[in-house]
Amino acid sequence: MRIAAQAVLYAAFVAVIGYFSTSPAYVHLAPGEAVVKLSLSHAGERKEPCRTRSEAELAKLAPNMRSPTVCTRERVPVRIVVAIDGTTIFDVVAQPTGLAKDGASTVYRRLTVAAGRHRIRAELADAPGGRMTYSATTEVDLAPGRLLVIDFAPEAGGFVFRS
Amino acid sequence: MRAALAASLDACEAAFDRAFGQAGNPWRHLGSLAFLLVVVTTATGIVVYAVYDTSVGGAYRSVRAMSAGPPAGLALARSVHRYASDALVLTMIAHLAREWLRGHAAGFRWFSWLSGVPLVALVYASGIGGYWLPFDRLAQLSLTATTEWLDALPLFGEPLARNFVSPASVPDRLLSLLVFLHIGIPLALLAFIGVHLLRLTRPRSFPPATIAAATCAALVVLALMHPARALAEADFGSEPMTVAFDWPYLFIHALQYRTSPQLLWAAAGAAGLVLAVLPWIERTPHAPAACVDLANCNGCGRCFADCPYAAITLVARSDGRHLPRQAEVDPRRCASCGICAGACPSSTPFRSGSDLATGIDLPQAPIRALRASLDRALETLAPRPAIVVFGCASGVEVASVREPGTAPIELVCIAMLPPSFVEYALRAGADGVMVSGCREGDCAYRLGHEILRARLEGSREPRLRARVSRARVRTFWGARADARSLSAAVAAFRRDLAASPRAAGPSMPPKRREALDA
Repeated sequence: MRIAAQAVLYAAFVAVIGYFSTSPAYVHLAPGEAVVKLSLSHAGERKEPCRTRSEAELAKLAPNMRSPTVCTRERVPVRIVVAIDGTTIFDVVAQPTGLAKDGASTVYRRLTVAAGRHRIRAELADAPGGRMTYSATTEVDLAPGRLLVIDFAPEAGGFVFRS
Repeated sequence: MRAALAASLDACEAAFDRAFGQAGNPWRHLGSLAFLLVVVTTATGIVVYAVYDTSVGGAYRSVRAMSAGPPAGLALARSVHRYASDALVLTMIAHLAREWLRGHAAGFRWFSWLSGVPLVALVYASGIGGYWLPFDRLAQLSLTATTEWLDALPLFGEPLARNFVSPASVPDRLLSLLVFLHIGIPLALLAFIGVHLLRLTRPRSFPPATIAAATCAALVVLALMHPARALAEADFGSEPMTVAFDWPYLFIHALQYRTSPQLLWAAAGAAGLVLAVLPWIERTPHAPAACVDLANCNGCGRCFADCPYAAITLVARSDGRHLPRQAEVDPRRCASCGICAGACPSSTPFRSGSDLATGIDLPQAPIRALRASLDRALETLAPRPAIVVFGCASGVEVASVREPGTAPIELVCIAMLPPSFVEYALRAGADGVMVSGCREGDCAYRLGHEILRARLEGSREPRLRARVSRARVRTFWGARADARSLSAAVAAFRRDLAASPRAAGPSMPPKRREALDA
């Protein structure tokens, strides 16, 4: 009798483990949903433009220190605005990384959207004054569960949309 | 609320006692059971690692091949690895809750409690890291969720989650790093378990063999009946929609996506902080620590051997006597249980001095007070057969058995009772002595009844002398709720004693007799 009771209790213990190790299933995305991720790393322009040293300034420097231009290290924050079907979904100001604020600005945002056809517009400002220096528009057809990644590669002309 | 939960736990343990017996009740071995599960997880993990491919392209294939193999082969090892780690979480949480309900979070136990808090984080870090290695859809979800969670803190210049936004962004040697973490964090876990046990003497690392065997067998049966399956391969170009989820570990990802990474950090931080400061929130009055009386201490080391919390050390003699060592008590570690006083050879009531002093004693419950209580009780103990009941303050309330012919005497811990007191009670007129302690395996001071039982059986110093009739000594192990059972045990003992009356009367040594008469 005691052995049977022990068997029942051990069975109940492992049954709980067995069930909750896989069940209930976790619904990460509902049917009809897709995901947009804004993921980029980009260095803004210098906060102040580089200045050319005068001949007199250069003459005062040691010969090995005579760099013709002087640049401050700090960069401007990068602002990114993303709109989907005319509605802004991301409006992010990313500060430059590093103690001297001279590193790249990085952004990672995730948003669940309804699957289907969407018009995406992305803009980026990386210069002093906050003027939008890059913009791009695309149309995507996101199937349920699909992922649209909005990246930025200035060498490729600006925004990159991957789905 | 807490009292109600504690009462429910008592009732639950009592029900398990009926199925498993007191000594084999898994509730009393949750800590050692958790360690067993760490060992099982480690052993099966080593087997699985032997065939695991650490490349991004090969990891999934190797795990899938494992799962597709014979059920009793590597698939079994992988499934047991999975289920043992799940069982570890449940056992650890039950252990933590039980210790809190028993009031073991504060006082002299603060170190054991506090050093257990990082173990919770390490178990979770080890377990969640394990879900990344199959590199399936669940691994993808968990990796993404974990990195998004870490990115919520301003720790990294570049968000870690950017590594998982497309198939091309996943570093090829990623899994080598993840394997390194999945080996390194469990090693840290093992190291912290060592710290967790630092202040325990003779920690029981493993549960009794019956519990260990039954637990392992149950896990194997589960693994054979419900093997861990390989899900679809990770695809970082899309999001997992619905996945079979391991809730004991991964519920935090669900919580994160239902709320936010910041809120999850706040919840985890608050939970960790509350657990860490609990010993100071639940500040309990600290009873005075045991004191050493060098005049009566010969440095024999029995108290050192019996102290369950390593509060006693043997140090060089400081009083000039020609003895090599003396006992020294660390008051911060002392539980004030009195087990040391019960171990001291000077704690014998047969000594003729009216002021009984012993080598190590509790200021609030000295051995001389115990002898005085016993003497008073014996003076008026009638009718025959008369029984003295020594009881533990954490077990059944022995005052509940007070009646004519029964003298209850309470001690802080039952192992505070020197066996010579049993002989003394019998020689001074008692017909029987009953010793009542906590339920087996449930001593409030860990080793109390294990030590006392060994002393009564004669296998541990100080021993109950062989000439004491064992028919006149009985033990009872029970919790607060077992008062009726103790009464019944006393009544049965009385009947047995009545059936075999003593041949001779009291036989107190003359000097002690004179002292009592005086």
